[in-house]
Amino acid sequence: MTQTFILDGREIPFEPGQTIIQAALAAGVFIPHLCYHPEFKPHGSCKLCTVKVNGRHTASCTYKAAPGLEVQSNTEELNGERRTLVQMLFVEGNHFCPSCEKSGDCQLQATAYELGMMSPHFDHFFPDRPVDASHPELLLDFNRCILCSLCVRASRDVDGKSVFALAERGIDSHLIVNAASGRLADTNVALEDKAVQVCPVGVILRKRKGFAVPIGQRTYDEAPISGHLPLAEEC
Amino acid sequence: MEVLEKKKLKVATTSLAGCFGCHMSFLDIDERLFDLVQLVEFDRSPLTDIKEVGECDIGIIEGGLCNAENVHVLLEFRRQCKILIALGACAVNGGLPAQRNHLPLTDILSEVYLSSPGLGNGMIPNDPELPLPLNQVHPIHEVVKVDIFIPGCPPSGDAIWKVLTDLLSGRNPSLGHGLIHYD
Repeated sequence: MTQTFILDGREIPFEPGQTIIQAALAAGVFIPHLCYHPEFKPHGSCKLCTVKVNGRHTASCTYKAAPGLEVQSNTEELNGERRTLVQMLFVEGNHFCPSCEKSGDCQLQATAYELGMMSPHFDHFFPDRPVDASHPELLLDFNRCILCSLCVRASRDVDGKSVFALAERGIDSHLIVNAASGRLADTNVALEDKAVQVCPVGVILRKRKGFAVPIGQRTYDEAPISGHLPLAEEC
Repeated sequence: MEVLEKKKLKVATTSLAGCFGCHMSFLDIDERLFDLVQLVEFDRSPLTDIKEVGECDIGIIEGGLCNAENVHVLLEFRRQCKILIALGACAVNGGLPAQRNHLPLTDILSEVYLSSPGLGNGMIPNDPELPLPLNQVHPIHEVVKVDIFIPGCPPSGDAIWKVLTDLLSGRNPSLGHGLIHYD
């Protein structure tokens, strides 16, 4: 007999070992997330997938599903907290969507739309990290990084290259390139690398490929991010 | 009881460190402007000839803050308007002009007025008539309380229309998928 738990009043089946978010996405129920990716181990940094399990807040990307759990996700309270988290990410970086070539294809932006974010609410940090344009094919804009570490995980675990890493502490935490010079050109990164494909925002960009898709046809133009379920498509 | 003419709401608009694109998007509501002027009367606005903002129900601000005059006008709008709306990316978060925030102002001014090729006897303008630029560009909510934010660069005419009609009929303005965008 399949085991189930309750998510927002709905019965969700799960396989033993699955986390709440894995089971929810497989059942076609969207839980907002940024650092979670179905192909990687959970990271737990964005906190957007926070749900209430038996009355307590927890990250659904790390919490294992268990029979009979009472989980709340799509509530005014949780979505309000998620909106605040997204606002924090927006003011910590320079998210000038009007000139960003990831606009319309960006998970941070699409998640903010999903949560009805009308303004970033907080005062901006306006960070000043120089771009790395050293590589002939790739460009890095570190001021858009949300520290999801997907490129770090992909480069280390899939590509076997460890091109990227997170460095320093607190608000000074930032993405770095693992080369003595710190320049992307001095690594063995390649266009086909998983690390290059996986950035959910506009940090790792392919040069001379921007603004290729007409407005109206970009990933999140037609359907909001809740209409794109990564795991459901694979199942 | 129909004798009393319904009082029109007063609306003022202005562009601070804006590009006037949000005002153009406002005009993109097209013939709905005729419906709108049945309901509202415009006070100070780039579209009227009124020089100083008077007491208003709604103030619409396009653009962030890049100089001293912007701050003066914004404070004046906040004083006079019951509801203040930040219209567009610049008013909401500084927008693309805030990309100058990591450059020292003196470097920008000397590049534009002194060291650019093709300048004869360049000088940085210093007449007291001119408002001094701020060190950084700021979103308007860093200086005054903002009641409603309409994101977009610019927000679409439909988004502006939705917020205004929501407001005029006493609803809490909200934008759904397709109307809420930041680009």
